[in-house]
Amino acid sequence: MTDLTHSTTSAKRTERSATASMTYAIFLAAGLALLVIAPAFFYPIFLMKLLCFALFACAFNLLLGYTGLLSFGHATFFGGAAYFTAHAVKEWGLTPELGILLGVAGAAILGLVMGFVAIRRQGIYFAMITLALSQMFYFFCLQAEFTQGEDGIQSVPRGHLFGLVDLNQPTNMYYFVLAVFVIGLLIIWRFINSPFGMILKSIRENEARATSLGYSVARYKLGAFVMSAALAGLAGGVKALVFQFATLTDVTWQMSGEVILMTLLGGIGTLIGPIFGAGLVVTLQNYLATSDFPVTIITGVVFMVCVLLFRRGLIGEFYASRLGRKLGFEHR
Amino acid sequence: MTMIFGIPLQAFLGQLLIGLINGSFYALLSLGLAVIFGLLRVINFAHGAQYMLGAFAAMLLLQYFGINYWFALILAPVIVGLFGALIERTLLSRLYKLDHLYGLLFTFGLALTIEGTFRYLYGAAGQPYSVPPALAGGTNLGFMFLPIYRGWVVVVSLAACIGTWLLIEKTKLGSYLRAATENPVLVQAFGVNVPMLLTLTYGIGAGLAAFAGVLAAPIYQVSPLMGSNIIIVVFAVVVVGGMGSIMGAILTGYMLGIAEGLTKVFYPEASNIVIFVIMAIVLLIRPAGLFGRDA
Repeated sequence: MTDLTHSTTSAKRTERSATASMTYAIFLAAGLALLVIAPAFFYPIFLMKLLCFALFACAFNLLLGYTGLLSFGHATFFGGAAYFTAHAVKEWGLTPELGILLGVAGAAILGLVMGFVAIRRQGIYFAMITLALSQMFYFFCLQAEFTQGEDGIQSVPRGHLFGLVDLNQPTNMYYFVLAVFVIGLLIIWRFINSPFGMILKSIRENEARATSLGYSVARYKLGAFVMSAALAGLAGGVKALVFQFATLTDVTWQMSGEVILMTLLGGIGTLIGPIFGAGLVVTLQNYLATSDFPVTIITGVVFMVCVLLFRRGLIGEFYASRLGRKLGFEHR
Repeated sequence: MTMIFGIPLQAFLGQLLIGLINGSFYALLSLGLAVIFGLLRVINFAHGAQYMLGAFAAMLLLQYFGINYWFALILAPVIVGLFGALIERTLLSRLYKLDHLYGLLFTFGLALTIEGTFRYLYGAAGQPYSVPPALAGGTNLGFMFLPIYRGWVVVVSLAACIGTWLLIEKTKLGSYLRAATENPVLVQAFGVNVPMLLTLTYGIGAGLAAFAGVLAAPIYQVSPLMGSNIIIVVFAVVVVGGMGSIMGAILTGYMLGIAEGLTKVFYPEASNIVIFVIMAIVLLIRPAGLFGRDA
């Protein structure tokens, strides 16, 4: 009897998730098509900024949404990689793709070090430790010579991709950024649906049980942390090329807070939520950039409203709504 | 001139005093954080903002009402404490049943809002607040020159720390607090108004931060960003000390303040990061913190 009910629900569930993946595929195709034609309607720099932050937020969500670890220090990887890429391209004359790879590698190493220290504590302590370590990195960047202190690394050349494609052309640059964004998302998608990703989810749900099943929880957490750091570094490295500079702004704790807000606003633990969150936050910043009203007030209020009223975020709430469930989505 | 490790004694003692003063602020702030965390299980990110509010309250009270330092020392913590209690009662209390991280995120948003508002109203630059006449000037101790106000800060914050410790360890209210930390449901069953106790605790914590803010006003400039600069260091202090014990939080605050001051003497480049380095080392050797029980 129990078997029977079980099998019917699971059959229903497969059917449901089949509809869900259908709708998902349609939405994704539509979204991608929109992004391909977007430069015809929007300012390319704005779109590229949006894509960089969207990738950053998705990388962050890999950790918060799928492993349950709240890092308050992700600016280190984003801004750190921006410095590494900018330095490699400008001072060493590397090609853009090598510069970005170097940024990713640097971010991964930083992630390994920070993760190694931070995973010794859980929950709130984890958040505070990552925050403190990233503040340490901020002071390092403030004093180190290669970052050029308050000035930052300026007029970073975009160069030629693989020595062929001229990235100084805005269109070329845009499609390069879009390609990196899509590749980054594919990596994240593959990662969270791999056995490794499943184990991460089990750690998020019940760490003690994952341990008792024989998984080395610390190692998996560290793996997720490094992965997330490397992808955040990918976003940061590309951003350095888009804006052609790397500054202290990207390594501040405010930046770490911003990426948390994007993820929270869009929907923690949803694949596409952070993209929407990043879009909203970046648009808001662009809109307020011309007025003297400080963004932090609005950011702070949005934070409080999100936490109090819709913790699932925009996309998460949509999945949980009647329409979302009808379309076959499920959300915890 | 007397030298110690190749450093003039005066410079050494001067930095030691600065370290002791910074340590006083670290101790006061981490004490408040520990008290709030102990009962509410919330890491109060707005603690830095409340510290800043205290300093601003003192300055504004003087500007608009001509209220001097001594009354501000009492009034500002009361005002900020009431404000904290209001926030706790109306908003923060809705989050207790959820993951503790939401409390952190909420208070982070609160801190951003408060700091953004004050930056909008008063600009990012610092404003001076003069030392009260009774504590102006300095005294020559023979081996160094001690500004009286700085000595006063060290003494008063030590007294405030010990006072809070006594309140929690030796009074009836404190025993309720400690009992509610262990088992809130049982304490409520005995007829103690636990939600009221939570509000009171948050108010006291915010008030302590504001008290530190008033003390800091004449030393540092009163600026909207003074809180966010210090709160991250205080987080590191709290991680090192472990939030299990009140005394641990106080001792760690002073210890790390002094360590920071001494680093300024011997290797100034690292003085910004020495506390974070110590935190990392402590985590590697003793993850629960120096005084912490395993969380």
